[in-house]
Amino acid sequence: MGQVDTPPSARKADRRNLDWFIDKAVQVLVFIAGISAIIFIIGIFVFITKEGVGFIFKSNYALSEPVFGLLEKQKMPEDQLDALTDLAGKKFATAEDLLKAVEGVIGVEGAAKYKDILITKSLDQPFNLKTFFTSPKWAPTSEVKPTYGALALMVGTASVTGLAMLIAIPFSLGAAIYIGEFATGRTREFLKILVELLAAIPSVVWGFIGLSIMNPLIIKLFNVPIGLNVLNAGVILGLMAAPIMTTIAEDALKAVPDRYREAAEAMGATRWQVILKVVLPAAKSGLVAAILLGVGRGFGETMAVLMATGHSINLPTSIFDSVRAMTATIAAELGEAAVGSDHYQALFTLGIFLFLVTFLINLTADLVLRGIRKE
Amino acid sequence: MIAGIEPVNAVETIGLNLWYGTFQALMDVNIRVKKGIITSLIGPSGCGKSTLLRSINRINERLGYVRVEGAIRVLEENIYAGDVEPVQLRKQVGMVFQRPNPLPLSIRENVLFGHGIHTPASGKISRAEADGIVEKALRQVLLWDKVKDRLKKKATSLSLEEQQKLCIARLLPVQPQVLLMDEPCSALDPKGTEAVEELLWDLRGQFTILIVTHNMAQARRASDECAFMLMGELIEHETTEEIFVTPRNPKTADYIEGRYG
Repeated sequence: MGQVDTPPSARKADRRNLDWFIDKAVQVLVFIAGISAIIFIIGIFVFITKEGVGFIFKSNYALSEPVFGLLEKQKMPEDQLDALTDLAGKKFATAEDLLKAVEGVIGVEGAAKYKDILITKSLDQPFNLKTFFTSPKWAPTSEVKPTYGALALMVGTASVTGLAMLIAIPFSLGAAIYIGEFATGRTREFLKILVELLAAIPSVVWGFIGLSIMNPLIIKLFNVPIGLNVLNAGVILGLMAAPIMTTIAEDALKAVPDRYREAAEAMGATRWQVILKVVLPAAKSGLVAAILLGVGRGFGETMAVLMATGHSINLPTSIFDSVRAMTATIAAELGEAAVGSDHYQALFTLGIFLFLVTFLINLTADLVLRGIRKE
Repeated sequence: MIAGIEPVNAVETIGLNLWYGTFQALMDVNIRVKKGIITSLIGPSGCGKSTLLRSINRINERLGYVRVEGAIRVLEENIYAGDVEPVQLRKQVGMVFQRPNPLPLSIRENVLFGHGIHTPASGKISRAEADGIVEKALRQVLLWDKVKDRLKKKATSLSLEEQQKLCIARLLPVQPQVLLMDEPCSALDPKGTEAVEELLWDLRGQFTILIVTHNMAQARRASDECAFMLMGELIEHETTEEIFVTPRNPKTADYIEGRYG
């Protein structure tokens, strides 16, 4: 059998030219960009957890007021008690360390008598989960006894975000419906650009508006002593969140196929009936996403709420009370807290809580959307 | 409309000219669509047959850049008169589109949609009445047995043929006089086409049906009268048999024989 000549084109089948390498390189780059989001999320989570979680379970041993009381009850001699006051408030990693220090002051025999109390009663946890969630007292720099109650901060954030959503949801949905369903041609394009411009205003500018315009306005309008309060921050935050919510909601409305509108209109539905009965239900998942994005924005916003809430720890009873938000607390205090101190770690614990809440909001959104899709 | 005298024509256009911006899509169209029969509109792409259809329920106006001259009389009433509300017109004139377009709601809600918007809020109907309306409409389009167990399912989950039948069924509860159909079978397979055509014959007499079709065989099979349009003009309008057997205009003859289009 004679050898068959391979045609020249077939011989070149394994050639890899520049395009091939570019293609491969782009694929790798895009892949890296794609997974970087996941890596960043994990990185942030690890960082915050590392700094904050240790604090939740942190335990010290120290001679606190109650311990002294117990020692006194057990009839510890006056001179020994006086000698021990030097150790008051000093923290030890283990009960044995504490015991050794006590032995150093009052002698091994003297200490042996009160060993039980020293070991079992000297546990001092700076952080208490119950206090964190139920106490409104946030006093991390207290000389006497630092407390880390975040209730007031949580209520502060929640009240401001809640009020902001009450303002932003109707506003942004209305704007999205107008831009998406009613405005045409130039008006529409002009409005879209304007809304996007509004979304780009830095939050510190909003905070400035809150401080210098809203503050005197609220004082004058409602005759209240202070204008930096829930109302101020809520309005500012609502106006801040509305543009981005409008943009997302308008995208959701635009994604509804026009044949649905045409079908409904051909059956004699008015514009409003078309929107209410066809467009809004069809865009439901996108609208929920827009609202949750706004909630997330409100929850995480720092600068504007720092400037507009009044930044005072308070359980608000009306919208005219000043409050303090979790984010603003972290921003204002982290710079002053010594790295690794209880205060520093407590701020990270707040961070973990914020992170968890945003995670839950997103998870809920996801589940809601899945539920809608399954139907 | 003079009481006691039944109009012969369900739809009548008088000197109808229509422009999309500066492009004239309809030129002096005069057509009389007789009541209770099926009339088909044929012609090559871009001849204005869909435009004519879409101006009869004024759905064309959605585009915003449409200008109309002349008159269209539906049941003896000029629908371009100033005091005519498109909402009321569309209650009389139902429309079926080229691509089945059920609303993204349940099958039941789709059937009740038109009824719901044309019933004043005070005249709310009971659940049993609503069930009756749904069943009647779906039976009329021969869909009831297929979907009666899944009325709560999304209408978009049905097959294309079923969707198109549903699109016809949802027009029936408001009892329109005229049904406009814009190539209702072009998205369907031959079996689906046959089923919808059969349905049209069933509905004949009860409604005046005006159907636009690309498919000449369909026009021949499924209509009583046939109108041929070309370049925005109405060329010929006769009984279907005459158009296909003895067309008067040479342009009609050429089109029917497949020389162009």
